[in-house]
Amino acid sequence: MRAFLILEDGTVFEGTKIGADREVISEIVFNTSMAGYLEVLTDPSYAGQAVCMTYPLIGNYGICKDDMESKKAWPDGFIVRELSRNYSNFRADFSIQQFLLENGVPGIAGIDTRALTKILREKGTMNGMITTDAQYCLDEVIPRLKAYTTGKVVEKVTCKEKYELKGSKELSENGVLSGCAKFVPEDYEAGKRERKPSLVRKLNGAGRRVALLDFGMKDNIAHSLRERGCDVTVYPASTPASEIIAAVPDGIMLSNGPGDPKECTGIIAELKRLYDTDIPIFAICLGHQLMALATGADTYKMKYGHRGGNHPVKDLATGRVYISSQNHGYVVDTDKLDPKVATPAFVNVNDGTNEGLDYTGKNIFTVQFHPEACCGPQDSGYLFDRFIDMMDRAKTEVGR
Amino acid sequence: MPKNPNVKKVLVIGSGPIVIGQAAEFDYAGTQACRSLKEEGVEVVLVNSNPATIMTDRDIADKVYIEPLTAKVVEQIIEKERPDSILPTLGGQAGLNLGMELEESGFLASHSVKLLGTTAATIRKAEDRQEFKDTMEKIGEPCAASKVVENVEDGVAFTHTIGYPVVLRPAYTLGGSGGGIAHNQMELEEILENGLRLSRVGQVLVERCIAGWKEIEYEVMRDSAGNCITVCNMENIDPVGVHTGDSIVVAPSQTLSDKEYQMLRTSALNIISELNITGGCNVQFALHPTSFEYCVIEVNPRVSRSSALASKATGYPIAKVAAKIALGYTLDEIKNAITGKTYASFEPALDYCVVKMPRLPFDKFITAKRTLTTQMKATGEVMSICTNFEGALMKAIRSLEQHVDCLRSYDFSALDKDALLRRMEKVDDQRIYVIAEALRKGIDYDTIYDITRIDRWFIDKLAILVEMEHALETQPLTVERLREAKRMEFPDTVIARLTGKDEQEIKKLRYDNQITAAFKMVDTCAAEFEASTPYYYSCFDGINEAVETNPPKKVLVLGSGPIRIGQGIEFDYCSVHATWAFSKAGYETVIVNNNPETVSTDFDIADKLYFEPLTPEDVENIVNIEKPDGAVVQFGGQTAIKLTESLMKMGVPILGTKAEDVDAAEDRELFDRILEQTQIPRAAGGTVYTAREAKEVANRLGYPVLVRPSYVLGGQGMQIAISDAEIEEFMEIINRIAQDHPILVDKYLQGKELEVDAVCDGTDILIPGIMEHIERTGVHSGDSISVYPAHTITSKVKETIAEYTRRLAKALHVKGLINIQFIAVGEEVFVIEVNPRSSRTVPYISKVTGIPIVDLATEVIIGKTIRELGYEPGLQKEADYVAVKMPVFSFEKIRGAEISLGPEMKSTGECLGIAKTFNEALYKAFLGAGIDLPKHKRMIITVKDADKGEAIEIGRRFEKLGYTIYATRSTAKALNDAGVSAKKVNKIQQESPTVMDLILGHKIDLVIDTPTQGRDKSRDGFLIRRVSIETGVNCITALDTAKALATSLESKNDSPLTLVNIADL
Repeated sequence: MRAFLILEDGTVFEGTKIGADREVISEIVFNTSMAGYLEVLTDPSYAGQAVCMTYPLIGNYGICKDDMESKKAWPDGFIVRELSRNYSNFRADFSIQQFLLENGVPGIAGIDTRALTKILREKGTMNGMITTDAQYCLDEVIPRLKAYTTGKVVEKVTCKEKYELKGSKELSENGVLSGCAKFVPEDYEAGKRERKPSLVRKLNGAGRRVALLDFGMKDNIAHSLRERGCDVTVYPASTPASEIIAAVPDGIMLSNGPGDPKECTGIIAELKRLYDTDIPIFAICLGHQLMALATGADTYKMKYGHRGGNHPVKDLATGRVYISSQNHGYVVDTDKLDPKVATPAFVNVNDGTNEGLDYTGKNIFTVQFHPEACCGPQDSGYLFDRFIDMMDRAKTEVGR
Repeated sequence: MPKNPNVKKVLVIGSGPIVIGQAAEFDYAGTQACRSLKEEGVEVVLVNSNPATIMTDRDIADKVYIEPLTAKVVEQIIEKERPDSILPTLGGQAGLNLGMELEESGFLASHSVKLLGTTAATIRKAEDRQEFKDTMEKIGEPCAASKVVENVEDGVAFTHTIGYPVVLRPAYTLGGSGGGIAHNQMELEEILENGLRLSRVGQVLVERCIAGWKEIEYEVMRDSAGNCITVCNMENIDPVGVHTGDSIVVAPSQTLSDKEYQMLRTSALNIISELNITGGCNVQFALHPTSFEYCVIEVNPRVSRSSALASKATGYPIAKVAAKIALGYTLDEIKNAITGKTYASFEPALDYCVVKMPRLPFDKFITAKRTLTTQMKATGEVMSICTNFEGALMKAIRSLEQHVDCLRSYDFSALDKDALLRRMEKVDDQRIYVIAEALRKGIDYDTIYDITRIDRWFIDKLAILVEMEHALETQPLTVERLREAKRMEFPDTVIARLTGKDEQEIKKLRYDNQITAAFKMVDTCAAEFEASTPYYYSCFDGINEAVETNPPKKVLVLGSGPIRIGQGIEFDYCSVHATWAFSKAGYETVIVNNNPETVSTDFDIADKLYFEPLTPEDVENIVNIEKPDGAVVQFGGQTAIKLTESLMKMGVPILGTKAEDVDAAEDRELFDRILEQTQIPRAAGGTVYTAREAKEVANRLGYPVLVRPSYVLGGQGMQIAISDAEIEEFMEIINRIAQDHPILVDKYLQGKELEVDAVCDGTDILIPGIMEHIERTGVHSGDSISVYPAHTITSKVKETIAEYTRRLAKALHVKGLINIQFIAVGEEVFVIEVNPRSSRTVPYISKVTGIPIVDLATEVIIGKTIRELGYEPGLQKEADYVAVKMPVFSFEKIRGAEISLGPEMKSTGECLGIAKTFNEALYKAFLGAGIDLPKHKRMIITVKDADKGEAIEIGRRFEKLGYTIYATRSTAKALNDAGVSAKKVNKIQQESPTVMDLILGHKIDLVIDTPTQGRDKSRDGFLIRRVSIETGVNCITALDTAKALATSLESKNDSPLTLVNIADL
């Protein structure tokens, strides 16, 4: 069936309908990862957005359910050049076509995704509509597109109740967490399938308890802590600081998530309270932006954001450059940073935007990129170890 | 980290002659690196024995030594030039080995020369099988169970502990020379014995066979600060078992999920970090198809063929960045030249699919086994880019120029299902065509997968193409179907064939429905950032983004496609120089080519680069967008020449010599008329189409005669026939491929072969020099040792040649280059062949005479005269140097190939010897070609009866040199009768010890074996030659070559060689 992608600037792409049979208006963004479409589709940070994959061949290895970063697909729409008619991978459960249908994600294939990307690059991220209605009227559609905002999406994506995830008790040979399931509460048939080999070589987080605030968490954040031995309690985004403080965690992890950070006024206020404690905090992406806002810094919307698995970030302390996985449309404004509160820790080598902050005199560090990878490079996974070291240090300090 | 200020003068080692496994990619890498170093103000001294390269141009490096790549020579250069550093990682395995040898001997340390880039310890860790295995074990990276052995017994014993089959990989060889898979003890012993001999250190790795696993490669960069990135990954469609150089490769990987992709990426980074590599590096993995198990196959701690491919596939200039890293820069300090915005510490994101296909030489070696193994056989490769896999594959197929344009190009329709299944088990260059036929016959994916282990995703893609073929053939051609077929890059010719329509009809239907090619940019970043470098590929499902430019003058330069025997790197040299010359004259330059190994496809050579097949339709798509003022075809070999007619039909003027004049040189009758007019004699002959006609002509002329198709390269299909029976045989072979043009039969003349390249401006000619071939006529000019200046001909012959050249150039209205081959029989000069275009010898003659003839030819094409360019017309004064060009062969790589020299070209590359005297130049040339006869001083002579007289002379000279001569019965008798002592050895069928035992005993330096006239039918001679080559024994099949070698050995002494800096000539 024919489908159309209509952009708010009046550009129309004609292609073929894929996925759910549903019209959708959303913010159109592009992702440059060449593999990892399932991780993209299940990343809650895409709530309120429709994603265009710049790599043209999507669905080649089907859907390997193990690789889902959350329990469902989040983007409002999916835009590709070609959806592979057949898939091939030893772990594949079913096709991407089936996945999109089951998850109700509408989409469009067969369009010039590079042309679309260039429009977004030049004019900035904009809203668009995916429809199968050939009788669309631009005069009627464009005002609707312009009116669309992602809104308060964190509320939609966060978990409803807190839950606990046990840390790994022994080093896993092939990444299967011993004695605990990957997804809660569904039971995972551990050991029945081959899992990805783990990068983790020691259980340095054994016994540490981490409170993880879920703003739209990717599963691998929790997984990265648990495979190092940490026990993780996942809290809904709206959890008051007092509840977390009362649980006396060894550390607090702030997750990634969707939308404009400034809309999260309630969360920001609670984060300030967490900041005021001495509990070590590590934050990723939206968590990083929210902590900055909580401590007086500012954020702004980028022209078209960073979404992909190839962004170089420089650790300003060591000068080392790491290739990172990224997905953000907003960024912390370092011009308005108070060095007494926080100083830049990472910077994007390409455009010089902020990629991380060290909080002065605090056991807090936050990053804009995704050390948990999935999809994308695993180069910065060491930051989880740094977080564990920080928790260890804080413990010793208290002990003294 | 900024640039290291202590690096002021760097010696760069090139890779030497082009051989299989080490080709043009190192010219590309070396040229890029030298330019990059010079850009940084570093003085560059270059040594490379290969004169056909751009890197040995005087403006690429400050000092250029085209000298043999031996430790002794490089030591001498170091003593003379006193560089502070040496960069060995850009010259392939040859350069790396040489660098290591100098480091290990302590020479570098004693001369305070630093190894730049990767250290010797690192190279050892990566290259030495045992050290590598230990290192991998230490960091927990898996390798296949394996053991390094130094003798056959240990290999057999180890194999019995891990079981057959096993893979054998000799250490320190290039292109996997001497490797293979052994399924039983007999194979094991055979391959092992051979491999041990070929390895520089006498080691072979015996390894668990992981054949059938997915083969995945990562190109990795690392700087001295430890920053690492992967430039791209590549998936071999052919699973482990076929050398990656012979595999169809796709970039990026298609069937890996992010988990597998990142698992291997992380492993690659861990490995490069542990090995402490600074610069570029290639890591090859075997990935189990149904689990996460993987093995590291090998690491190349240098730029490689794969890195050239990765550079072209992504736009990331690996060699340039590697050179900057060697100087001390870190990745985040080096700008990405494509975007000008991002940095080298950025991983390219592709928004297209790249397919590489090997160019295999089985059309040249018809007796050779087509089987593909872990030993590389391809001479070159093509790359194509498209928005979908099907399209990229279709484009790659037609880029090969092997009479293939779709999956039906090899016809297996006569095979039934069982036969197809059996055929599919044969791993060769035709396998994808066999699979396509299997799909047509309804064989299911699983069965195909079980046999081939080619991932089902790729099989499905082949099926999509097969389905489209079927639909085109059986159903009406709707606009939608046409659009879809074009999206998959079916050329109009194939669509026409399948639909039974005419090509013009298809084209019209396309144009009427706006189904036209659009061009997209290769920008390293999937459009995320604006890029300024116009590097384009075409697709049929997108919006055109090629920027329209309307400069005052625009020229289209057609490249020469994949490197093959007969059309090598020389033509890329010419294309690049022509492009630069046009650019200097104010033209906007547009290059079209499809060879990822070359300098011409570097993104900053021309103003615009189109990475496309060189077929009329593909070129027309570019012409439609670019609307060039003219095209130049005379620099791109036959590939470009073949496009002349099509370009004229498109309305593109051909710059330089006109198409009809090119035709006149190729068309026998037209050419005869010109010779008559100009009163130039040639060997009598005639044109024929059938064997009957051929026999008539041959009998009229009298045997022997030369038989060859017109319009071919490198004497392809050319044979000397001595009887009607041979005529029939050769005609049958030639006509196996449909011939558009007649076949030529000429009287065979025996004399001195001479060659000139000249520039003609329409009035005057300029001949830089006359080259003389050492081998008499009958050996292809590309396989002959060529000497400049011609040293045995009289000045009268030289004058005649100059005069004939002038007459021919004028008669053919040549504007630009012309190449003519002559035979001198006494004082009489005959014309053999005229090519009004650039030739194989252009770079060589330019370098040794210092006359930049491509630049001059380009200026002439633009409208200047030779006099205006500051040259006095005519034959130029001879240089006071002698330069000898020596052909280099890759016979040991091609199992079953006939190695004897004849009218069909067989060499893959060449090297140069340049010196004050002929003898020294000759010695250098032999040395550069790797013919350094040391050790045993034992040789075998076995020649045909007609050669016995000359063989005696040769035998006597070698005897004097202290050689012990072995000879087969009749040769031995002839030698002994003439007073040359020769030990008689038995022929192969006779009782042991035979000549074969002698060769296999590894006590022989040299075999001189002349095959019986025409095609050698004697199994004996063929076997002797093959066994010699495969056991690493030099084998000479032409008496003239043997004489030259004797001369070279006679003049050999221990005094150091005189070094010649080409830049001073």
